[in-house]
Amino acid sequence: MKPLQNIWALFRKDLLLEIRQQYSFYGILLYIGSTIFVIYMAVDTPENRVWNGLFWVLQLFICINAVAKSFLQESRGRMLYFYSIVSPAEFVLSKLLFNSLLMLVMSLLSLLLFSLFLSNPVIKIFPFIGLVLLGSWSLSLVFTFLAAIAAKAQQNAAIMAILGFPIIIPQLILLMRLSRAVFSHLIAMPVNVIFLLIALDVMIIFLAVILFPFLWKD
Amino acid sequence: MSHKNIFNMHKSWWKILSVVLLVYTFTAGILMKVPRLPQLQETIRNLYFHVCMWFAMMILFIISVVHAIKYLRTNNLKNDICSREYASVGIIMGILGYATGAIWMSYTWADPNIPSVTFSLIAKEPKLIGAAIALLIYFAYLVLRDSIQDIDKRARVSAVYNIFAFAMLFPSIWILPRVLPSLHPGGSEGNPALDFKSADPRLRMVFYPAIAGWTLLAVWITTIKIRMRYIKDKSILNA
Repeated sequence: MKPLQNIWALFRKDLLLEIRQQYSFYGILLYIGSTIFVIYMAVDTPENRVWNGLFWVLQLFICINAVAKSFLQESRGRMLYFYSIVSPAEFVLSKLLFNSLLMLVMSLLSLLLFSLFLSNPVIKIFPFIGLVLLGSWSLSLVFTFLAAIAAKAQQNAAIMAILGFPIIIPQLILLMRLSRAVFSHLIAMPVNVIFLLIALDVMIIFLAVILFPFLWKD
Repeated sequence: MSHKNIFNMHKSWWKILSVVLLVYTFTAGILMKVPRLPQLQETIRNLYFHVCMWFAMMILFIISVVHAIKYLRTNNLKNDICSREYASVGIIMGILGYATGAIWMSYTWADPNIPSVTFSLIAKEPKLIGAAIALLIYFAYLVLRDSIQDIDKRARVSAVYNIFAFAMLFPSIWILPRVLPSLHPGGSEGNPALDFKSADPRLRMVFYPAIAGWTLLAVWITTIKIRMRYIKDKSILNA
């Protein structure tokens, strides 16, 4: 059970850091709040399709900001230390796990704020919450791996956006399609699309585990 | 010089074949009879140019990914150069695909009276979105490459992105046409060009040689670019 313990230890380390240095957590919260306020100023009560589109684009930007620092915060010396004690797969899996959790919390909070400011046209509320969790998980996986690439290139969040946007478009289209069903009782949510999204997420995890070792060694 | 055998591209029979096939494409493609479909009429001849550009682009991108995988396995910088050059020529083929598509579209789908409306309708085409994603990925690949100074690190990081992005691109090209409405033929069930039954035999007689001809030409251009790059980076490659 050594790999699981290592992943858990690294995950706890990230969690403790987040709890002790709360400025970054509150920073993202403030980012969510002010973005939603700007949207509220721009459009007060959007119709369903616009509401849906704005919500998912907001998730995309939150994800870039929440995940970007995950690899940049590790200094060179600390990376070398991790390199000597854990395998790259364990390291990247712990990061994926932590960022997934972070993004799940952030997306739920943003859904709450979004509903407060821009009203909530969603009829099937629980399926939508499930969809938001699934969507934010997908986003966090893709952008965690891209954050690793961006950190290697010593670049900021801007390069993450240009690397990630074309890759994430298909998943966003699927998510927006799915969430159209929650605005009315008549449309059923296509189950096979949900499985497709989960399959894509599993594929991203595999790719991250296979490719991350090449990024790590210097 | 063992690499001479692998990278032997100075003179080859396939370059002659490429020229022959393209001469055939241009003469037979313009002179031979084509089936006349309503709305398409003679514009169907663009099939020999427009669709072949996309085939060439995808084949070059696949070769680029193969070289990226080879680089990660061997750490040979020559593979990195190949990967980059195949990607950049692939982008050029993609832009040509857009250009030929835009000409074709203006005679078939577009309504000349309301150009802005038809553009926003046509730009939502799943195949256009797929092509846009592919081009954006490889533009980002080039930007990522240029942002890293260290040669080995640049090669490694960009190879990793190349593989990751391509692995994500393939399912999206497969998914998008199935969830979005399309004007393209065979929109909801994959690729009509590869379906042997639906295409007219008169079209196929020119279409398949045309794909081979254009792809070989694109590969030829790339090999010249790769050789130029080898000469420029001689000091690094021999070190």
